[in-house]
Amino acid sequence: MDSTQNYNPEQLTATAFKVREHIIRMSTDGGCFIGASLSAVDLIVYLYNNFLNITADNLDDENRDYLFLSKGHDVPALYGTLAELGILETERLQNHLSINDHIYWHPNTKIPGIEFHSGSLGHLPSVAIGVAMDIKLRGGNNKVICILGDGELNEGTCWEAMLVANAYKLDNLIFVVDRNQFQANIRTEELIPLEPLADKFAAFGAAVKRIDGHNFDALHEAFSAYPFHPGKPNVVIADTMRGKGLPSIQERADRWFCNFSGDEIDQLLLELHGNHTTQLTSETLIVR
Amino acid sequence: MMNYEALLTETAWADDRFVVMTAENRALVRNMPATLGNRFIDTGITEQTMIGAAAGLALRGRTPVIHALAAFLTMRAYEFVRTDLGIANLPGKLSGFIPGFLSDANGPTHQAIEDVAIMRGIPNMTVFAPADEDDLLKMMPAIWASPNPAYTRINTRKTNYVHAPFELGKAEVVSNGKDVTILTYGLMFEQAMIAAEILEAEGLLVGVVNMRSLKPVDENAILNAAASDLVVTLEDHFVTGGLYSIVAETLLKHRTTANVLPIALNEKWFRPALLPDVLQYEGFTGKQIAERILGYQTAGDQPLILANEFAE
Repeated sequence: MDSTQNYNPEQLTATAFKVREHIIRMSTDGGCFIGASLSAVDLIVYLYNNFLNITADNLDDENRDYLFLSKGHDVPALYGTLAELGILETERLQNHLSINDHIYWHPNTKIPGIEFHSGSLGHLPSVAIGVAMDIKLRGGNNKVICILGDGELNEGTCWEAMLVANAYKLDNLIFVVDRNQFQANIRTEELIPLEPLADKFAAFGAAVKRIDGHNFDALHEAFSAYPFHPGKPNVVIADTMRGKGLPSIQERADRWFCNFSGDEIDQLLLELHGNHTTQLTSETLIVR
Repeated sequence: MMNYEALLTETAWADDRFVVMTAENRALVRNMPATLGNRFIDTGITEQTMIGAAAGLALRGRTPVIHALAAFLTMRAYEFVRTDLGIANLPGKLSGFIPGFLSDANGPTHQAIEDVAIMRGIPNMTVFAPADEDDLLKMMPAIWASPNPAYTRINTRKTNYVHAPFELGKAEVVSNGKDVTILTYGLMFEQAMIAAEILEAEGLLVGVVNMRSLKPVDENAILNAAASDLVVTLEDHFVTGGLYSIVAETLLKHRTTANVLPIALNEKWFRPALLPDVLQYEGFTGKQIAERILGYQTAGDQPLILANEFAE
């Protein structure tokens, strides 16, 4: 089935909403990287529903597509999306941080649908090029996506991988940058500026598109143009907002990792639905 | 309130050779940009570049105190640490945060449980592991003042234990034991003390030694422990290359032997969850340690290579 045929922005919006609810529920009893996760929700929901050929039924098929989540802090968004796709049992999300399951702070392959472990930044760009090279060697058509954080781009290995992807003309590879403008604790442009980011990738040989990472029409238009240029690796810079969907944590450096009380979770769920302003107390926040 | 950050701030104010560095991991040094100004250097998420830059600063007479998660500081930047700080014997002071079990639910990517092995393998490098915050605060002044590169397994957990003054190369002998001596370091000191209490209630004479300084190591403390009927090496580290290896090397060097029970991670990453659950699941609570010691029978308790038990 070609998922690109079923573009339905209302459905995507509804799914993204559910994924955000899952993330909020994971941000208690030990917490999670909620701010970092919420920026990638729309991106991940779009890719799985309208671009990637990955379903609960084809995980063992070598002709399916691949998504590597190099920015490991986004994993609650991936857990939630995999649950909504029926790849991961939704009930398992309640096992977040349990010693009896494998739903923890970084991706791992014990979760169905997760391709590779991550958490140490700048590793998966090179793993992804290895997969893309093999697909080329075998004459396959599968697509390989690697989602990177913008802070992650500080790591030199991201740029080494870009050089190699260009040398090997990996036009089946797409680096997607979750450009939420934050490192862990600090705004990227204040600490280690990345701009002009599109020019940097272009100078490394990539075909680059820059879009609003929360706008499904923009995502659909960009990814429908894949491959962007024959023989060139593809890069999508998705401009996003840390904490998107929750005004009380949106774009705040100190709400990257949070561990909320049960009451606050209830308030945040109301806030997500747009009819409530959460009064968070700083005591409940843990910034790692 | 004196904590790691306050101590480092005080040290850096008193001595302008000190610069504080991080690869965008400010958990330990959050307030230092405001207090230290341009002697606080954050290179972004660039562990390798940070170590190279630290070496450059040290070449100019600075003492860089360098912060990142222990796993990335020791492993990602390993060749930079070995080549830029180790070969040159420059006084870069590596502070590795959330080592061992302290990375609890982060998963194997963040588990620094081979850090002692690899860091002590670098010529000129010294290696330290405080038991808790009090121990940390007693150790850091001597570590920062020394002329060598140093790696410290940072542990800021608060306990009620008041530690003895620190000396480079010396262990803290809490008690001497005839039946059992537990040699340990870092986070596991807390559990060793609980285990010792349980064993003493069983009528055993138990020694506990906080090794603290893993390189240089206190060989006398190890040799004294070897006089006990049983020596236990307790560590949140792989059994390979850590304290068990240090004890084995020391005993062989001095042509002596002992019954040694290693309690360590045996060829597997630990199961990620919140810390109390990790300790329980992996068998590292004081009670479980005491039970293993009481159950010690023969050399059959020596580590085996366990193939199929990786957490990943």
